[in-house]
Amino acid sequence: MGLESYIAERKQHKDLLVMAHVVCGYPSFEANMQELEIMHEAGVDLVELQFPFSEPSADGPLFVRANEQSLKSGTTVDQCFDFMKLVAERFSFKVLMMGYYNTVFKMGEEVFVRRLKEAGGVGYILPDLPLEESANLHAMSAAAGIEPIILMTPTTSDKRLAQLGAISRGMVYVVARKGVTGSKTNMGDDVIGLIERCRQHSSVPMGVGFGISSKADMDFLRGSADLAIVGTAALKTWEESGAEGLRKFFAELMA
Amino acid sequence: MDIFDFSDGREGYYGEYGGVFLPEILHATIEELLACFRECKADPKFWQDYVQLLQDYSGRPTPVTHLENLSRQLGGAQIYVKRDDLNHTGSHKINNVMGQGLLCQRLGKRRVIAETGAGQHGFATATMAAKFGFDCKIYMGAVDVARQRPNVFWMENLGAEVIAVEDGQRTLKDAVNECMRDWVTNMADTHYILGTACGPHPFPEMVSWFQSIIGMEAREQILKQAGRLPDRVYACVGGGSNAMGIFQGFFDDENVELVGCEAGGHGVGSYMHSARLAYDDATVGVAQGYKTYFLQDDEGNMAETHSVAAGLDYIGVNPIFSYLHDQGKVRFEAATDIEVKEALKLTMRSEGLIPALESTHAFVTAIKEAPTMGKDQIILINQSGRGDKDIFTIADALDDAKWKSFIGGKADQYRAENN
Repeated sequence: MGLESYIAERKQHKDLLVMAHVVCGYPSFEANMQELEIMHEAGVDLVELQFPFSEPSADGPLFVRANEQSLKSGTTVDQCFDFMKLVAERFSFKVLMMGYYNTVFKMGEEVFVRRLKEAGGVGYILPDLPLEESANLHAMSAAAGIEPIILMTPTTSDKRLAQLGAISRGMVYVVARKGVTGSKTNMGDDVIGLIERCRQHSSVPMGVGFGISSKADMDFLRGSADLAIVGTAALKTWEESGAEGLRKFFAELMA
Repeated sequence: MDIFDFSDGREGYYGEYGGVFLPEILHATIEELLACFRECKADPKFWQDYVQLLQDYSGRPTPVTHLENLSRQLGGAQIYVKRDDLNHTGSHKINNVMGQGLLCQRLGKRRVIAETGAGQHGFATATMAAKFGFDCKIYMGAVDVARQRPNVFWMENLGAEVIAVEDGQRTLKDAVNECMRDWVTNMADTHYILGTACGPHPFPEMVSWFQSIIGMEAREQILKQAGRLPDRVYACVGGGSNAMGIFQGFFDDENVELVGCEAGGHGVGSYMHSARLAYDDATVGVAQGYKTYFLQDDEGNMAETHSVAAGLDYIGVNPIFSYLHDQGKVRFEAATDIEVKEALKLTMRSEGLIPALESTHAFVTAIKEAPTMGKDQIILINQSGRGDKDIFTIADALDDAKWKSFIGGKADQYRAENN
C-alpha cells in the first residue's frame, strides 16, 4: 500500500495523524527501540528514522548534538538500514528515512533506493536536496514505489509551490515557520494560510512540522493538516524524563 | 575562457561541481541574491563604485614587489609578489567583503552574518559592517575563538557580536553550518557574507568576481615591471578565493602555469591535513550547499582536517577548482606545516616580508620550484595576507621562547590585577 492510501486509511479512524522522529543510534539503538515502542503504543502513524550526518545544517541544537553523538559512538549506514528493517517488521506504523543528501550521494542513488526498499522504508526526506537536483532520484524512487517527501515552506512562492506540487507524492512536509528544527512555533492564522496555499497546489496529505510540542498545537492543526510532525519535543522529553516522561508526553499529545 | 558562461550547461555548475543544495526555505533568498548579483555584474557603474571604494578605503591597487634577494639566493626564476597583504585589515578578504557590502545595500538588507576560521574574514566583515552601518554577527568555531583572540578582540571592538560555535569540530565548517541556521531564520533582513568561493551558487562566482580585481591589477603590473607575463603564478588554496582572484587575470594566457598550494599539514598519509586536490584523500560529495571534493569518509561524513594556518583548515574546495583540476588547467601542490615555518623564516630574513601562514604555503611551493627554473623566467606569488598581526599564531608556530616568557609575564600581571 502506498503512503497516500495508508494515510487515507488511518484518517478514517482519526482526524489528525502523528509522525514522530528518532535519530538513529542516539542515545543508542536500544533506546531508539524503547522510544519507538512508546510511540507505537501511543498510536503514532509514521516515524522518520534520521540517518546521522556530520553537517546537519537544517537541524537545531538538540538534533545537531544527537547527530554528532551518534556518529561519535560509531553509527554506520549499514546499522541504520538494519535497524529500519527491524522496526518496519516489528511495528504497524510506516517508516521513512530522513537525512542529508550526501549520505545518499555517497552510496549512490540507485543503491539507496534499493536498500531503503529492502529495509521496508516507504519514503525519504532529504531537506538539502532541492527540486532541481532530484529528477533522477525521484524517477528511480517512483519505479520502486518509494515516496520522496517534498517540503513546502512559508517563503515558497506560488509559482514554486506549483512546481513542487506537481512532483509531490505520498505526502507533503509543510514547514510551519522559518528557522531550524526545535524552537517553538506560534501557531497562528499564517500556518493555516500556508497549509491552504499548499493544498491549492497538491492533492496529497499535508503533514505540518517544526515546533509542534503540545496538545494545543494538535488542536490548532486539527481540521487543517492531515498529520502533525513531532520531532525535537519528543527527544527533549526523552532526555529530560526518560521512558515514563515520553509515554506521558505522547499520551497527552494524542489525547 | 569564461568559466561563468553557463549558456551551454547548467547554471552554477563547473563540470559536475557546484550547484545549489539548500533547504527549500532558502530557495527564494538565493534566487533574490542571484538576481541582484546578475544586476550588479551587468552594471559597469557597480564595478566602478567597487573599485573606487577599495581605492579610497583599502589602499588598492596593491603593489607588486620584486624579491631580488630571494631570487638571487635561490639562483633561478625571478620572484615577484602581489601584495594583497597591504589591504586594510591585512588580507584579500576585504575585497569580497566590500563588494558584498555594496550588494547588500542594493538588496536593502540591514544585517549581515559571516563565518570565520582564522578570523580574517570576520575581521573584514566587522570592519565593513561598521563602515556601512549594518548589524553584524560573526560565527566562529569555539576552538578558533580560543586560538585567535586578537581577531575576536577587533571584531568585538568594531561592534560585531561574535558567537563561539560549540558543535562538531568547533572550527570553520561548523561556523558555516551555524550561519546557514541563522540565515534560514532571518533571511528577510539578513545577508550572509560567505568568505570564500565555496557554498551554493552564486557564491563561488560572486566571490571570484570580487576577487578578480587582484588578477586584473597583477597582470597589468607584472607586464609593466617585468616586461612580460609570468611563467607561473602561485597562490594558497583554502576555500580558494585569493587563488581564484589572481588566477583569473591569467586564464586566457596559455603559457602561464597556475599553481594552487594547499595545506599539507602533517603530510601525505597523515590524515592530518587540508589538501583536497593535491593529495588523493578527498572524494566528491555534497555538503554546505554545494558539490565538490571533500575530505570525508566512505559514508559521506566529514573528516577532521588540520593545518598550521587556520584559514586553510577546511574540508572542501571551491567547485571551480575541482573542475579546473580535472581539466588540468590548474596544478595543485601541498605544503606541510614544517615547510611553511621554514619558508616564513627565509622570506622574513631575506626580504623583510611577513606573509600570513596561509600565504606562506604559496611561497613554499614557489621556493621549491624557483631553483629549477631559468634566471630569465618569472614567478608571481599572491601574498594574500600579512603575518605580523597574527603574532600569537606565528610565535607559536616558530616556538619562540622569548615571546612565551613575555606572555607568561603578561598573564602574571593580569592575574595580580584581578586579585
